[in-house]
Amino acid sequence: MPYLLRRFGHAIFLLIGVSVLAFVFTVLAPGNYFDEMRLNPQIAPESIVALKTQYEVDRPLPVRYLHWVGSVLRGDMGFSFAYNSPVAPLLFIRARNTLLLTITAMLLAWGIALPLGIWSAEHQGGVPDRLVSSGTAALMVIPDLALSLGLLVVAVKSGWFPMGGMVSLQFESLSFLGKIRDLFLHMALPIAALVISVLPLLVRHVRAAIAEVLDAPFLLAAQGHGIPRRTLLYGYALPAAANPLISLFGFSVGTLLSGSLLVEVVMSWPGLGPFLLEAILARDLYVVIGGVLLSTLFLVGGNFLADLLLYWADPRIRTEAGT
Amino acid sequence: MKGKRAISNWIVLLVALHAIVILGGFFAPYDPAEQDRKSPYLPPMRIHFVDAEGHFHERPFVYSLQLGEGSYDKYEENTARPLALRFFVQGARYRLLGFVPARLHLFGTGSERIYLLGSDSYGRDQLSRFLYGGQVSLFAGLLGAGITLLLGLCVGAIAGYYGGWRDDLLMRLAELFLALPWLYLLFALRAFLPLSVSPLQAFLLIIAVLGAVGWARPARLVRGVVLSAKERDFVRAARGFGATSGYLLRRHILPEASSVLMTQAAILVPQFVLAEMTLSFLGLGVPEPVPSWGNLLSSLQQYSVLVSYWWMYLPALVMVPYFLGYLGLGSRLQQHEEPYKIGK
Repeated sequence: MPYLLRRFGHAIFLLIGVSVLAFVFTVLAPGNYFDEMRLNPQIAPESIVALKTQYEVDRPLPVRYLHWVGSVLRGDMGFSFAYNSPVAPLLFIRARNTLLLTITAMLLAWGIALPLGIWSAEHQGGVPDRLVSSGTAALMVIPDLALSLGLLVVAVKSGWFPMGGMVSLQFESLSFLGKIRDLFLHMALPIAALVISVLPLLVRHVRAAIAEVLDAPFLLAAQGHGIPRRTLLYGYALPAAANPLISLFGFSVGTLLSGSLLVEVVMSWPGLGPFLLEAILARDLYVVIGGVLLSTLFLVGGNFLADLLLYWADPRIRTEAGT
Repeated sequence: MKGKRAISNWIVLLVALHAIVILGGFFAPYDPAEQDRKSPYLPPMRIHFVDAEGHFHERPFVYSLQLGEGSYDKYEENTARPLALRFFVQGARYRLLGFVPARLHLFGTGSERIYLLGSDSYGRDQLSRFLYGGQVSLFAGLLGAGITLLLGLCVGAIAGYYGGWRDDLLMRLAELFLALPWLYLLFALRAFLPLSVSPLQAFLLIIAVLGAVGWARPARLVRGVVLSAKERDFVRAARGFGATSGYLLRRHILPEASSVLMTQAAILVPQFVLAEMTLSFLGLGVPEPVPSWGNLLSSLQQYSVLVSYWWMYLPALVMVPYFLGYLGLGSRLQQHEEPYKIGK
């Protein structure tokens, strides 16, 4: 258990560190939301001063930090100047949309990468292997931005997919199946972009991990015993090669909130990405800090999940941690 | 050795590609900011050798474009007006490498403007903007990576060589930076800096931000190398002869890290170019009229451009070879490095 406790403590340390860092950056920031307000002649200087006191912007930094931590613990995560509402509910709606997109994409990407990587490792040096590796190389070379834009261009030219947004305007009037179909059509492009952008990395890692264990004596022995190829690959080789893949899976989970930012902005998916960009442009600081913290929470959580899974999957880690 | 050959091939490719961008003034027919308000969103002109009557010409030419019958934005080739391509022509003034004044361009036409990648909403030549934009984006990537590696080298060397509390502190900090979602961090850092700044300031800002964000991974790798190198016999011997720490690091330990740094550079540069592109694409980076690869693509954010002017997407395809070069070099270097891999 001390192993898991240590990892957990580490995760907490990281979260606190990131929140402090994000806060320190706010001090270094010249200008704020109220400076822009001051330029608006319709707002009286007195009300700006009142707002500033209300939001405690002029208090010293440690005080503000502690207040903010208190508000995080209460589940508010600070206050959005622009929306005049606590940050957390605003973030959660967007995070839900983002997760809908990214979890589907992640499952799809892993679902494709595992068999493809194993297939490629099985035929090391052969035609399938070369096909897969040149394919992944080709996908890797395309910059994410160009990929998303390219998909958009294709969508526009073909007219098969709706452009941007999450649902159509007449969404509410659709039948249940119609709603699902509509949502699916809107999701197709961003998901394609996300899957294509992570797929090469996943396939290569799966291939490398499996290829490393395929020569192991125990697999040769198993083969000698006449165990079928499929069982050999998925039942014996995959578990033995799992450790690096589990870490990679933790990373996949970790980037669920932060990995899709660009795709969301380009495809105007109403997730965290466009929301944060808007907040940055409006200098809505607590929203920005909240977004950074939430996505860090996922990164740290993903790593911790990987640690948990490793602990569960690999007896060596358990015994090492026990002594 | 085969691996070495492959590495130098990739390097030659990269140098050639970069030379095209660095000497952009020569390869670009026009100044990137020069507008031609009468021809917005001109499609790319095709280079012909055979004219409309089927005659072959050894000098390549393009047809002048004119508005199609009854249209206000669909251009057609005017086969009555061929524009012969001329090479090594005198044209717009520019400064080669930033300081040599010159007027020589690789190609151009005598009279009308030629648009091989089309033109944008102001009638600016997309090819020229691509080349000059590459100077900004690639330079940002290279400089950002340089700063990151320098930071990483220093931090890694201190942490690995001195150990103790310095090591603990620096490595904890590195873990913190590794845990941050770095595109968000980039955004956040950018958010807290003034929004409307001059192009030069914006450029320097981006480089500083890029450089500050990525140091953690190279620092950890360098630390690993330093940790194993400082226990090597020749290092101990040198220390026995009374070498100072600075001398040991400089002469014996850090050279061991050079291959790690090379590999990291090949990985970091394209990442940083992409980061600059992303920021500029979103309007947080280098502002107009200065071109960069990011803001070259940003017009595609408008639905109308996406629908009607597909060639605005061409720059994205033209930049692919650059990323290919870095990817190829990076994976070659990694393979080359593997046999001597020393811990993490």
